[in-house]
Amino acid sequence: MQKSWWKILCVLLLGYSIVGGFLFTAPHLPIIHETIRNLYFHVPMWFSMMTMFTVSLVYSIKYLRSNNLKDDLFAVQFINIGLLFGTLGLITGMEWANFTWGEPWSNDPKQLGAALSMLTYFAYIALRGSIADYDKKAKISAVYNIFAFALMIPFIWILPSLADSLHPGSGGNAGFNAYDLDNHMRLVFYPAVIGWILMGVWISSLMIRLNLIDKKDIFNEEQNLKNQFDITL
Amino acid sequence: MKNKTSKINSISLCKYLLTLLLFLPFLGHAQQNVEMADAFRSNGKIYVVVLVICTIFAGIILFLVFLERKIKRLERNQLN
Repeated sequence: MQKSWWKILCVLLLGYSIVGGFLFTAPHLPIIHETIRNLYFHVPMWFSMMTMFTVSLVYSIKYLRSNNLKDDLFAVQFINIGLLFGTLGLITGMEWANFTWGEPWSNDPKQLGAALSMLTYFAYIALRGSIADYDKKAKISAVYNIFAFALMIPFIWILPSLADSLHPGSGGNAGFNAYDLDNHMRLVFYPAVIGWILMGVWISSLMIRLNLIDKKDIFNEEQNLKNQFDITL
Repeated sequence: MKNKTSKINSISLCKYLLTLLLFLPFLGHAQQNVEMADAFRSNGKIYVVVLVICTIFAGIILFLVFLERKIKRLERNQLN
């Protein structure tokens, strides 16, 4: 992961999406007007959050199989950065809603679902803070992470589409496809999504490396214990 | 007799009018002019916004690159 080509790709894609997002043609829509360009910046936040949480789930399952504290560290840092993106997604969504729905928070099912799943993941962080023992902390939070992921999917994807929501793509409202009459928006939207996901992985990898240095005593101790165990066997 | 035909005529007229009414929403939609920031664009001032955001983006990327360098140095020190 220390190779740099994908970081350069991330910068190029994001730079292109910022310039293209402001300058390329956008569909003329009532009420929304130029704010349709928010699509290039608000929606990729949620795509990145979903990706970070999915990667974290994989590492939590990996931890339960291997009992290696490094896998636990990966899971935590990916959730931290996922929460960062989720918070940004929630704030940008409220800013956009203020000008198109009339108020920042209208208790819309999509807003509630997003807030609930964020709270579920904040509870993961709180749960970790409440257990002192490293192995116990890692094991309990790994199990909780699987539970949290299974809650997030209905909160964000299923429940809002069953209820009446103002948010595009749910409750009989037209989704992204309906705005995208001439495919112009896809040319900017997909690079933006890939770019922001790469950005999330980049920041997560930096956090992981920083924590590996910071907590090297724990990881070294674990390695030593394993070695001793192998020798005595 | 005359009365009856005029009644039929008025009914068919009503039908035509109603059919026309059906198309009203579409006509209204076609005439609707959605206001966009075209003046901002033609004045060239949108480029100022793009420049400002690109500067902020470049700053954040530079920060990440420097942070990564620092972590790399720490990792090297740890090995020694």
